[in-house]
This record gives sequence, structure tokens and C-alpha cells, in this order.
Amino acid sequence: MADVSISRRALLASAASAVGAHALWRVGHAQVPAQAPHTIVPPDPTKVPGAPLSELGRRSPFERPRRIPVGSAQGSSLAPLQDLYGIVTPADLHFERHHAGVPAIDPGRYKLLIHGMVERPTVFDLEALKRFPSVSHLYFLECSGNGGSSYRNIRPDLTPQLIDGLTSTSEWTGVPLATLFREVGVKPGAKWLLAEGADAAVMARSIPMDKAAEDALIAYGQNGEALRPEQGYPARLLLPGWEGNANVKWIRRIEIADRPFMTREETSKYTDPLPDGTARMFSFAMDAKSIITFPAYPVILPERGWFEISGIAWSGRGRISRVDVSTDAGRRWTPAELQSPVLPKCHTRFRCLWRWDGRETTLLSRATDETGYVQPTLEQLRSARGLGTSYHFNHIRAWRVRGDGTVMFGLEG
Amino acid sequence: MRVAVVLLALALAAAACGNRDQGAARPDAPARFGFGRAATAEEIAAWNIDVMPDGAGLPPGSGTAAQGLAIYARKCAACHGRTGTEGPFDRLVGREPRSGFPFGRDPRFVKTLGNYWPYATTLYDYVNRAMPLDAPGSLTPDEVYRLVAFLLWRNEIVTDTAVMNAQTLPRVVMPAHDRFVIDNRRGGPEVR
Repeated sequence: MADVSISRRALLASAASAVGAHALWRVGHAQVPAQAPHTIVPPDPTKVPGAPLSELGRRSPFERPRRIPVGSAQGSSLAPLQDLYGIVTPADLHFERHHAGVPAIDPGRYKLLIHGMVERPTVFDLEALKRFPSVSHLYFLECSGNGGSSYRNIRPDLTPQLIDGLTSTSEWTGVPLATLFREVGVKPGAKWLLAEGADAAVMARSIPMDKAAEDALIAYGQNGEALRPEQGYPARLLLPGWEGNANVKWIRRIEIADRPFMTREETSKYTDPLPDGTARMFSFAMDAKSIITFPAYPVILPERGWFEISGIAWSGRGRISRVDVSTDAGRRWTPAELQSPVLPKCHTRFRCLWRWDGRETTLLSRATDETGYVQPTLEQLRSARGLGTSYHFNHIRAWRVRGDGTVMFGLEG
Repeated sequence: MRVAVVLLALALAAAACGNRDQGAARPDAPARFGFGRAATAEEIAAWNIDVMPDGAGLPPGSGTAAQGLAIYARKCAACHGRTGTEGPFDRLVGREPRSGFPFGRDPRFVKTLGNYWPYATTLYDYVNRAMPLDAPGSLTPDEVYRLVAFLLWRNEIVTDTAVMNAQTLPRVVMPAHDRFVIDNRRGGPEVR
């Protein structure tokens, strides 16, 4: 139960799924998917009628992208970054992080209570929330512990999923928190709000009121449909660019106050001990970051020649302004092509052509955001935060390419 | 004409900034929509469980470490160990290192109530809302006060006879209280 280390079995499952679901040639030799599809495929699909219409679509049986659950109800599951194209994460592959499992909530009985320093303490049911003017935006959501497996005891057999699978991007639809606050009438002097969930941990975080004025949402839609239960059905707090934990799921209560509440999740957890003997708290924003998702372990390059390096970059402080890629262990850097639209606080797909000469090398990506922040090296981050720090691991990720075409996770340079 | 130009400029500025999406009201929106309904005092009381560092939200009730021992053994020890150090879940007890706060530099130190938690009231809040794992929210205020007293005593922060209640708990100063600082990262070129 308490085992949060990534098991060998999970790792093998990941490798198998990556091999099975991704382009087979990329591993360099024919390999049968771990579980062969049961669908009967005719020798020539143009000579037999196809399958009938259906109420609900399914993936091709040849595609088996899977999350990797680590732990059980109190753990997390990682999104298969290496199997995804573009920037949007399918809702059923969005990463999970729960403190006490996924609650079952009847939308007909759902209530959001807003009280505290307000003129009119108010209860909104789901129907009321949906009557307000709504907005839809693409935003990434990332657990602040994401990348932790690449910070200390670095192992070569890590996939993009095992390194950074606790980030996902969705189109979120909901009502701006500012709209609800105008409705209840916030009293002067209000500085913080407590956001509290209806899960078995009654998970709660204090959030500065400024974020509500800026871009916070009560979201009920995800990628065109209702939120998935794992993402907070029927409604959640969405704080664009801020650490996942503060984006309280299954939100049932907001209390407004003039000071923070100092819950467990903002004191003993989700704080960043620093080398100077302090611990940083309320470190909400996710700093700029990027990872190459192809080529990456367990891919094996089949031959020398042209490949498209591809990956995602994101910043909790705004837009990604550039991603530089190095194919020679950091000696030279080339700007990657950013796929438009480049949206603030959202995954950005970057790509860059690379002609592999068959020699051993290291591939790196380095994101810069519109504030001028440059994704730090592992050394820079360790120097600023210390080896023991617990969250916000946004250092440069490195992939070592060996002469035989195998690609392993590794240190820079 | 000038008014029209200014209005157009304002509209363009609003569109360019994504004004509506940044939390500002739509220009055509009423001051209030009138959706939702007034919350009753009972509804608020039933859900308003948070406890703040100054003690706001603490209910009547009390407990001592001696009283907490039996409850801990029955409801907590299976996950946190007989003495609060054995696990398998979070280690609760421990003051090491006795001086300093090396958690940033050294990953070997395990964070506990005694060496890392800055507020004693958080312990009440968390145990009350989320513990025990298999029956969250089932403890009475007296049970929570007793467990809090027991855990503070095990961490050598209060004596075994200290009574924890709404008046005494906020006055308990945790060893790590002065270690916490507000986030100073601001974007820009500096890595912090």
C-alpha cells in the first residue's frame, strides 16, 4: 500500500504497452503486442462490409495506450506521454492523483457551498453552475511531484511516462470563479479562499483570492464531455498553471477568509525544503519544462538517418516562447519548431528534424517561457533547491542514444 | 466620434487581453444573475470543519496523551506503527535531527510531525477530516483531541498530562514553526 516506488512489473508493462501501441518499427525488430487483439482482420478490408455504427466509439484494438497506476487509492497513475500526439490528453488517459480514492457523486445531489467573508452565503447545484456564462480553455494540469523519479536516483530504464506522466492537457469548460464571487459578494479584506473536496480525505487547500480574479474556474467539462470521475466529476477547481494538488477535485465548499488555513497539504506536504534550512510554501506556479517523448526509452532506432525529435513543453507562468534542442549533449542548441497554437499554461508540441549519424550522443530539450525563465539544468536545480527537496522537478531531461540505436534516460552531457 | 474611437479601443484592448476570460465580468452581464440559493446556517455548520492556526474552528472537547494511547493503538497503529515510527504509512513521530532543518540538503531525513509540521492545529484539522483511512470523519472531537495530545507527547512537544482543547492547542508551538517561507519564485531568468 505504501509502496510508491515504481515496480519492475509496472515498468515492464509500460515497455510492453509502448512497444505494442507505438510504431513497431521503432523498436527495430518485429515484436508482437503483449496482448494480441482479438479482432478478426480480413485479408482485404475492401472486399467485406465493415463494422456497423455504434453508440460509443472504441480505440482500434491495435492501440493499447495505458496509464500506469502507482499505489492504489492513495497513489497516482501516469499518462503515457510517449503514445500521445499533439497536445491534448484523451480524458481516459489523463493522469490521476488521489488522496483517498475516487468518490462516487450523484450530480443531482451535488452542491457547492460558498461562505465565509461573503455578503450572501450561497449553495449552487450543478444546474445553477451551468447557467452562468461559461468559458472553455486548453490548460495543462501537472502534479507538483512530477519528474521526481528523474531527480535523485536516476535510472536509465525510465520512459517519458514514468518520468513526467503526471502532466496532461485538456480543454476545460466551466464558470470563472470570479463570476461566482461577484454573485455572492466578497467582503473587503478577503485574501484567501479554502477549496475543499468531497472525497474521503476532504482534501483542502488555501488559494490566494488574486488567482480567482485572474483565471480560476469551476470546471465541469473536459475535452467536450463531462469531467471524468478521476478528474473531479461533477465539478472541480481549475487553477491554470498551478500545481495539481491545489486544483481541488469534487469541490464542495469554498470558504473565504483574510488569512490562509494552513491545511496539511500546504504545510507538511506540497512545501519545498531548501538548502538554506527553510521550506517554501504556497509554491503554486509550475515553472517551465520540456521533455522529448520521441525518441525515448524503450525505443530502438533501427538505422542511421532522418528522425523527427518530438516532445512537449509547458509553463505555468504563460506561453512557451521557445524550445531549444541539442543533439550533441548540449554543445550546440537549435530552436525547435513550435506547433501552433502556442497557448498560455498549456502543453506545446515541439518538433525538430535530426539526422542520426549512428554515433553515440545525448538528446536534450530546453524550454523558455514568456517571462524569460529558462528550464534549468539538473545541476542548477539541485544547487537552488537541494538534493532533498520534494516537488517542482523541472530540470532538463536527457536521452542517451547509443551506437546500437538504443535510447536510455540519462544525465546531461 | 471620439467616444466611439475610445470605446472601440477599449473593446479591442479587452479582446486582446482576453479580458472576460481573466475573471472580469462580461460587459453585458448583470451585477448578479440570482442563480443558486441562500445557504442555511445548518448547511454551513455541517460542512465547515476547517481549523485555523489561531484556533478558529476548534470545537469544544479535550483530551490528554494518556487518553489518546488506547485510541491510537486501536485506530492508528496498524498504518503508522506501534510507536508512530514503524509505518507502513507516514511516519508521525521523530525529532531528528535535534537541531537544524536539513530536509532540502539531505533526502535521508524523514519528515514527521515533530520535525516538519509548522502548526499543531493542522494536526487536529487533518485527523478530523481524513483519518482513520478506513473510516474517515468518524472520530468525535474528544477522540481527536486525545490523539492530537498523544502524538504531540510522543514527539516531545507537550507533556503526558497536558490537556489539549480549543484554548491550549493553538498555543502549542511546533519545532518547525519558524522554518516556512512564502514562495519567492517570480519567473524571469533566475532559477530559485
